[in-house]
Amino acid sequence: MNDWVDPILRWGHFFAGIMWIGLLYFFNFVNAAATKEATAAGEAGPISKYIMPRALAYFRWAAVATWLIGFALLSTFPPYNGMNATGAAMMLRGPYAPIGIGAWLGTIMLLNVWGLIWRNQKKVLGIVPATDEEKAKARRVAFLASRVNTMLSIPMLFFMATGFHHQNGIY
Amino acid sequence: MKNPLDSIWGTVICGLILTVVLYYIAHALVGSGAKVG
Repeated sequence: MNDWVDPILRWGHFFAGIMWIGLLYFFNFVNAAATKEATAAGEAGPISKYIMPRALAYFRWAAVATWLIGFALLSTFPPYNGMNATGAAMMLRGPYAPIGIGAWLGTIMLLNVWGLIWRNQKKVLGIVPATDEEKAKARRVAFLASRVNTMLSIPMLFFMATGFHHQNGIY
Repeated sequence: MKNPLDSIWGTVICGLILTVVLYYIAHALVGSGAKVG
């Protein structure tokens, strides 16, 4: 049975992670510039009404799924110096340090998604009431938090994908 | 000074620089390649 747990968790982690980071890159590489042009042309309404609420729903829940499955996967790794794998990774111990850095970056990104991006996007999209001034401020905070996550995703993917933990005898 | 995060390519460059910095930190933390025991 254990032979199946690791591949299924890994698969789920990749599936949810691609959904999360794929939408993050859609927001930053495509949608931000498109919305700016559409706003200037007076045509941004459908983006806010039909695309953003759906995209943000998949985005924020995929972030939760990625994080939960990632930590479940990490917990299946062998202990290090008497410490369980999750503890060793989060405390950046020995060969678990690289995957721990990836896990910390992912954790900061998850907190950004729920604490800054989604909380402010609710004001921008009119899901919660806000004045024009509050909306403008919320738009800027959500934009910068999204850009911070795009920046953090680059080293996060490096530490997740390069397999240092495989090379250092963990797995 | 402009915020580099206002530009998508400024964001990518910041991410790449951060990756290099964290790589050297990770390398130091891993040390001499200790094995799991």
